[in-house]
Amino acid sequence: MKEFKLPDVGEGLTEAEIVRWHVKVGDPVKVNQTIVEIETAKAVVELPCPFEGVVAALMVDEGEIVDVGRPIISVDDGAGPEAPVAERSAALADDMVPVPPAEVRQPVLVGYGVKPGAAKRRPRKPSPSGISPTGTPPADAAAGSWSSEAVPSGVREGGAGTAAPPTSVAVLAKPPVRKLARDLGIDLTTLTGTGPHGSITRDDVQAAVGTTTARPQATTVTREMQDEERIPIRGVRKATAQAMVASAFTAPHVTEFLQVDMTETMDAVRRLRDLPDFAEVKVSPLLLVAKAVLVAARRHPMINSVWDEARQEIVVKHRVNLGIAAATPRGLLVPNVKDAHLLSLPGLAGALGALAETARAGRTQPADMAGGTITITNVGVFGVDAGTPILNPGESAILAFGQVRDMPWVVDGQVVPRRVCTLAVSFDHRVVDGEIGSLFLRDVGAMLEDPLRMLAWA
Amino acid sequence: MTADASRGAEAPPELIQLLTPEGERVEHPDYDIDLTPEEVRGLYRDLTLVRRVDLEAVALQRQGELGLWASLLGQEAAQIGSGRALTEADMAFPTYREHGVAWCRGVDPVNLLGLFRGVNHGGWDPAEHNFHLYTIVIGSQTLHAVGYAMGIQRDGAEAASIVYFGDGATSQGDVNEAFIWASVFNAPVVFFCQNNQWAISEPLEKQTRIPLYRRASGFGFPGVRVDGNDVFACLAVTRKALAEARSGQGPMLIEAFTYRMGAHTTSDDPTRYRVAAELEGWKLKDPIERVRAYMFKNQIADQDFFDAIDAEADELGRDVRKRCLALPDPEPLAIFDHVYVEPHSLMDAERAEFATYLEGFEA
Repeated sequence: MKEFKLPDVGEGLTEAEIVRWHVKVGDPVKVNQTIVEIETAKAVVELPCPFEGVVAALMVDEGEIVDVGRPIISVDDGAGPEAPVAERSAALADDMVPVPPAEVRQPVLVGYGVKPGAAKRRPRKPSPSGISPTGTPPADAAAGSWSSEAVPSGVREGGAGTAAPPTSVAVLAKPPVRKLARDLGIDLTTLTGTGPHGSITRDDVQAAVGTTTARPQATTVTREMQDEERIPIRGVRKATAQAMVASAFTAPHVTEFLQVDMTETMDAVRRLRDLPDFAEVKVSPLLLVAKAVLVAARRHPMINSVWDEARQEIVVKHRVNLGIAAATPRGLLVPNVKDAHLLSLPGLAGALGALAETARAGRTQPADMAGGTITITNVGVFGVDAGTPILNPGESAILAFGQVRDMPWVVDGQVVPRRVCTLAVSFDHRVVDGEIGSLFLRDVGAMLEDPLRMLAWA
Repeated sequence: MTADASRGAEAPPELIQLLTPEGERVEHPDYDIDLTPEEVRGLYRDLTLVRRVDLEAVALQRQGELGLWASLLGQEAAQIGSGRALTEADMAFPTYREHGVAWCRGVDPVNLLGLFRGVNHGGWDPAEHNFHLYTIVIGSQTLHAVGYAMGIQRDGAEAASIVYFGDGATSQGDVNEAFIWASVFNAPVVFFCQNNQWAISEPLEKQTRIPLYRRASGFGFPGVRVDGNDVFACLAVTRKALAEARSGQGPMLIEAFTYRMGAHTTSDDPTRYRVAAELEGWKLKDPIERVRAYMFKNQIADQDFFDAIDAEADELGRDVRKRCLALPDPEPLAIFDHVYVEPHSLMDAERAEFATYLEGFEA
C-alpha cells in the first residue's frame, strides 16, 4: 500500500484545492496516469500517479483545500503495508531527537513541504564554556546578525525546557503573521514563538486567539462560533469582490430601465428553432437579446468603449467581445464570445451555447474571460424582473435582462396579456452620457419588440 | 546598405525548411542535407527519447520529486538538429531548457534532474562533454560563449562555440553586447536563438518589431530563420554556420522558429495568457510527427522500428525515474568543492568554519 502526498507543484505553495478526481476506488492505475486535478494559487494542475496498482482510497474530497504533504490517495501496489522508511528521510539515524511538534508547515522548493512535528535534528554536543554553538568565540559572534544576541540559544536548539523567553530585542515574525496578529488584535510581544529561531508562527497567533483576554470581544467568541459560519474568502469569490469594488468605486454608474413587450421576440425564437440552420444549436431569448445588443452597439459605438485613466483617452473598441455573466459551480464568471459582431446568428447561438456549457462544467479558462467589451447578465433565470448591474471592469456598459412573464399591456387602446420583460442597462458616465445610454437601451428594446428591426439596422 | 534592406521589416521573412509539417522533403537553394536512412532513424530516436525524458521529468515534478522543470516540449527538433551538428571539439552554452542538446552531448539526463531536484549544481563536467552548465540568468551565457570562441581563435583550434538563448533574451543587454564582441572580433560563435514565441507570458511582438534574425545585419554578421520544428533544416543550417565559424568567417545568428508547447516551467500556467487555438495550430507542425510521416512514406522505417523506439523510450523513462529517486543528498561540505579551481584562502576558512559547526553535533 502506498500513499501519495500532495506535492508542492509550484515553488513554495502550501495548499491546493482538489478540483476533480479522475479515478475512483478500485480503479487500476499506472505510473504517470492522471489521477486528479488540483487548483493552486497559481494554476489548475493535473497530478500524475507515482505508483502502479489499484486505488484503495481517495483520502480527500473534491472541493477540499488540502495542505501540501497531506496524503490524498492510497494505492494498493500489492506490496503490503507501506514501510515509512521508504521516504527520503530514511537517511536520518534512529538516535535523532524529535523537535517539539510546534513548527508550522513551511513552503520549501522540493518535495512535500516540512512535516509538522516530524522534523528531527541531531542533539548538539555540550558546548565548552565560552564557546557559542557556532564554534566561534562570542566576540566574533556578536558581530553576526543573529548569532547570539537576537536568538537565545535555548530556543534555537529546539525550544528545550531551559529556554529563556525572547527578550525585548525584537519580536521575530514574518509580515503575514504580523498582519494576522494585527487583524486579530493580538499583541505579538505577549507570545512565545515556536518557529525557527523562536519566531512567532501563524499557529502561535491562532492559538492565542482562543486564550487571550486582550481582545474585547473574546468572551463572545464561543457564542459567535455557534451562530455563524465563517467562510474563507478565496478563489472566484475573492476575484469577484475585488472586481466589483474596483468597478463600483471607479466608474460612476448610471442605470436606466425599460419594460418591453417580448411577445414578437418569443414568437421569433420559436420560429427560428424550426429552421434547419438552428437544428444543432440552442435558440433562447438570450440569443436575440445578444443580437440586439450587438446591433445597437454598432449604432452607438461609444457604448462599446472604455475609459483609459492612465492615458487620459477613451478607447472605442471596434471588436465586440460579448460577455455573458454566468453562475457556475466556481462562482460568478463572465466569459465572452470573441468577435461576436462577426458571427452569423447560428454562429452566435453556437458560441453562446458552448460558452455556457464550458462555464457549467467549470472549465472556463482565464483567456475566455479576458478582453470583454460589453456584458449581458441574464438575471431573469433567477426569476426576478430587474437589477442594477455593476460594470465588468474594463467595460462601459452592462445589460441586465429580466424574466419574461405575462403582464397586462396596452395594445391599440386595449389591455391584453403580453410577454413582458424589464431591461436595465448600467453605463459608465465618464464615457457614456444619458443620451447615448438611453438611445442604446431604446434601440435594444425596439428590436426586441419588433425583431424585424434587427434586420433593418444590422 | 540598400534602401530595400533598411526597410527590411516590410519584406516577408524567409523560413528555411527542408521537411514540411506533412513530412514532404523540399529543396532549398542554400541549404541541403544528405542523410542516410540510419542517420534519419537516429534523429527520430533522439527526438522521441528526449521528449520521453522531458515528460517523465514533468511528471516527477508534479509528484513532488523535482522543485521545478522547464519543459522542452515542441522544441525537440531545434535542439536535436543543432546538437547533432556539433563536433566533439565544439563547445555548447545552454540555457536551462537545452535537455535535447545535453542529450546530444552525452550528458546523462539524471544529472539534469539532479539540478532541478536540488541535489547537485548540474553534476556534469563541462570540459568532459563540451557542454557548459545550465545558465538560469537570461542571456548571460552569450558572453561566455563569445569569450570561449575568442579563446578558440587565439588557440588556433579547429572548433567553434554555439550558444543557446530564447526570444526573450534578445532584449537583454548581455546578448547585444555579445553580438557586438562576436562581430568585431570575428569570433567563431553561432548564436542559436530558439524563438518559441513566448518569453514566459510576453509574446514575441513585445520583444521586437522585426524578425529576430534580421537583427544580425545591424551588428554586421549574417542571420537566418530556420523552421525550428524541422530537424533536417536545423541540422543543415547549424552545420553550415559552424563550418563557416570554424573556417574563420565569423559569427552567425540562427533564429529557430518554433513553439513552446508546454508551460514556461512547471510553475507557470500558460492558459492565463495565450489562447488554446494557438497551441492547436502548432500541434499540426509537431517536430516528431513530420519525421515519422517522412520515414513511413519513404520506407525508411516500419512499424516494428517505431514500436521498438517507443519501448526504448518507456524503458528510459522508467530508468530515469528510478535513478532520480535514488539520487543521494549531497554532503554539506560539497558546496565548497567547485567554487574555485585554484586554492582560495577565504573559501578554505569558510569550509573549515562550516566543518567545525557540523562537528558540533553528535554523530
